Amino acid sequence: MADATELDEVVREFLVESHEGLDQLDRDLVALEKDPTSKDRLASIFRTIHTIKGTCGFLSFGKLESVAHVGENLLSRLRDGRLTLNADITSALLAMVDAVRRMLADIEATGSDGDDDYAALVARLNDLQEALAPAAPDAEPRPSLVDEAVKLTASAAVEDLAPEPEPVPVSAPVAEHVPDVADASPLPTARAAEHPEAHSSSVADTTIRVDVHLLDKLMNLVGELVLARNQILQFTSTQDDTSFVATSQRLNLITTELQEGVMKTRMQPIGNIWAKFPRVVRDVALACGKQVRVEMDGRETELDKTIIEAIKDPLTHVVRNAVDHGIEAPEKRVAAGKPAEGRLFMRAFHEGGQVNIEISDDGGGIDPEKLKQKALQRGLVHPDQLARMGEREILNLIFLPGFSTAEKITNVSGRGVGMDVVKTNIEKIGGTVDIQSKVGHGTTLKVKIPLTLAIIPALVVTSGGERYAIPQVSLLELVRLEGDQARRAIESIHGAPVYRLRGNLLPLAYLSRELGHDATTSDGAAVNIVVLQADGRQFGLVVEGISDTEEIVVKPLGKQLKSITSFAGATIMGDGKVALILDVMGLAQRAHVLAEGHDRAIADDRQASDATNDAGQELRTLLLLGVGDSGRLAVPLDLVDRLEEIEHRAIEWSAGQEVVQYRGQILPLVRLCDMLGTPRPEDGEMPLQVVVATEQGQTIGIVVDRILDIVEDRLEVRRGTQRHGLLGSAVIQNKVTDLLDVRGIVCSVASDLSMDDLELQAAAAA
Amino acid sequence: MTNQAQQLATFYLDGFFFGIEVEKVQEVIRYQEMTRVPLASSVVQGLINLRGQIVTAIDLRERLELKPRPEGELPMNVVVRSDDGAVSLLVDEIGDVLEIADETFEQPPETVSGTTRELVRGVYQLRDKLLLVLDTERTLQIDGSGPERDG
Repeated sequence: MADATELDEVVREFLVESHEGLDQLDRDLVALEKDPTSKDRLASIFRTIHTIKGTCGFLSFGKLESVAHVGENLLSRLRDGRLTLNADITSALLAMVDAVRRMLADIEATGSDGDDDYAALVARLNDLQEALAPAAPDAEPRPSLVDEAVKLTASAAVEDLAPEPEPVPVSAPVAEHVPDVADASPLPTARAAEHPEAHSSSVADTTIRVDVHLLDKLMNLVGELVLARNQILQFTSTQDDTSFVATSQRLNLITTELQEGVMKTRMQPIGNIWAKFPRVVRDVALACGKQVRVEMDGRETELDKTIIEAIKDPLTHVVRNAVDHGIEAPEKRVAAGKPAEGRLFMRAFHEGGQVNIEISDDGGGIDPEKLKQKALQRGLVHPDQLARMGEREILNLIFLPGFSTAEKITNVSGRGVGMDVVKTNIEKIGGTVDIQSKVGHGTTLKVKIPLTLAIIPALVVTSGGERYAIPQVSLLELVRLEGDQARRAIESIHGAPVYRLRGNLLPLAYLSRELGHDATTSDGAAVNIVVLQADGRQFGLVVEGISDTEEIVVKPLGKQLKSITSFAGATIMGDGKVALILDVMGLAQRAHVLAEGHDRAIADDRQASDATNDAGQELRTLLLLGVGDSGRLAVPLDLVDRLEEIEHRAIEWSAGQEVVQYRGQILPLVRLCDMLGTPRPEDGEMPLQVVVATEQGQTIGIVVDRILDIVEDRLEVRRGTQRHGLLGSAVIQNKVTDLLDVRGIVCSVASDLSMDDLELQAAAAA
Repeated sequence: MTNQAQQLATFYLDGFFFGIEVEKVQEVIRYQEMTRVPLASSVVQGLINLRGQIVTAIDLRERLELKPRPEGELPMNVVVRSDDGAVSLLVDEIGDVLEIADETFEQPPETVSGTTRELVRGVYQLRDKLLLVLDTERTLQIDGSGPERDG
């Protein structure tokens, strides 16, 4: 489960915390004696002892726990007003504080809470609280273990306590479990100090607690310093004074180091939250009769404190889920040929400025079929939607609100809340969640979160003369299209601009348009596409210029601007000016580039056109091509496999036929201009536009002059033709358009090639 | 409608004389370069960097539906404190801090209409002019976005 070093860490923290608590306790107790009715003081003392008791119970310091426990009982009575503080009680409590302190020292030196016997003290504390028992006949029976502790040493009860005026039923938190006082079992794994004498100073002396707000303030100040430094550096570049330049260099270095240092003060190892997971797993496993082993890797991976806080609950939920639903019962595991003991593996590591956390189990995995059924049952998805979903999308159904796959609802998890909350909480801090699962082998949940929220790397772009920062987390790649290419490469579907990125249609949004600037898309200017990811989908953001990546300090916007979802905040640039930080998700929603319907709509169109292939009257999606000077041709899009651009130099000759190597095959090319007798355009630098189509197993590439558009229109052939390669003419978008006979062309090429076919295939195979 | 003598920081907007409670004012600074916020309400003139703090600048002329400031005239920033941090109010010109006795305080006359009536708490009749007291809270209450948001 947990190894020695980890427990050391926990113990050390416990010591630091407890020492501080005890110092506070001393002050409080003395102050309390002067003002015995101060409820605040009492509450504070009670909390301190309660915390110590709780923690040492977890760390199995039995003796310490028992002392703290009786102390707590006494204090709870004081707090509830059923006992009044007097000198005896104060002395007893102070004696308890001393005893606790002694045991803490023992723990620090030897790793166990010492061999001293505190039974007398326990009894004394018990007797003090006992004193009111006769006066409070309605009081619940005290926990039996405490009774036993009392019997251990019978000492004179303090008689002179003022009896309670009004007996109140005991509502004090009675202990759930008090280990036997005599059982001074030393901590099994902690070997904190094999050489106690080597510790010259106590752990508590080398660390201090700092208010997080102070750290936040420091962080802000460092942010300012970074900006001031950047300004000075800009100014320095115009100066020749060597001593000035040297000084600003030093300032530069010190600032960087200071920034790192302050950042570090906010960093905490993820092990801090993982430390409680073995216990969580143990409890959950016990509750559902499973055996689970926890393994951890990368416990030391550091994260900003605010992020640690934010992921604590989601991760706990995931861990509980994994044990409750993921890992099977031992007999089931054995039957499946797996060891009876399940394995829960947690891994954390840094990658690309982000922290990755993976939680995997070797359990039964998630059955996509079951997920589908559940999703349908609960009406979370439409059957049509489901039919189009890939495996990954299906697995991600688990993150939908109101989804629970557990057949029986247990008290551990499975109430249909949770995974959606996990996802929301992780996304709130700019993270992502992904799930992978293999039936019978287990499930892995992958969480990616930013290192820190305060300073993030961002890409600075320009639009409408202003700079905007795009958080690097959402950035996938940059595409720059020069000159002529820029005009042709951006196509349009239903009026929505798209760019073909390696064969995938990337919906585009223009930043200037979305921000309401005048669109200054001058012809011939280069087009910069920032490929972004939001909600697991990609889109391209066309910006006017791309400057640089920078570390930016994220600052919130005032309430007057909060409702603008396109901005995530603002930052101050090196020159002291303010730049807005784009909210990629908000921007995408604004531009409707992620709208579910968008590319689904295209799929629907295709399906619809398939269904009514020959009806002719129905709306069909058509690819419009340009040939010659003004020729317009149309092809039903469902006959087209892909659109490709092929470089001239890629063209080779085979048996008097132009061919290219295409996806490991040889693709014969047909020039539409030759076939239709229009003049062949000059072979410029521009790549060839090729429509790839397959008919009866033969794939060919039809070289066209231009690809014009993809439109939706009724396809009604108005006039037949005898011309080879054409089916006839139709009116599409109010223009006479010839219909390309793709089938005919492919078949004629296929028959031409039929002799060479064997050779071609042999070549392809070789 | 406070009935005690109070100190008002005053400023001019399109010839009108305005005042706000002096304790609300954090500082007054000269014109700062601003970063425009697209999609925001037209009342929001931009963002300024106030010693590392990002402050929203509100054009008071626009807010009070007065004439736009003539080209080339640079506004001043009256930085006011609010629950949500500092906000800058852009004004034409800064006046003195005036101590005003309450007896001359009056509700805005019925004839004053529109936004001004909404945002002006009352009027002080000074010897030579009228001083309009602005309700800062209401002035800072702006719907997040302007009409162009849907466009």
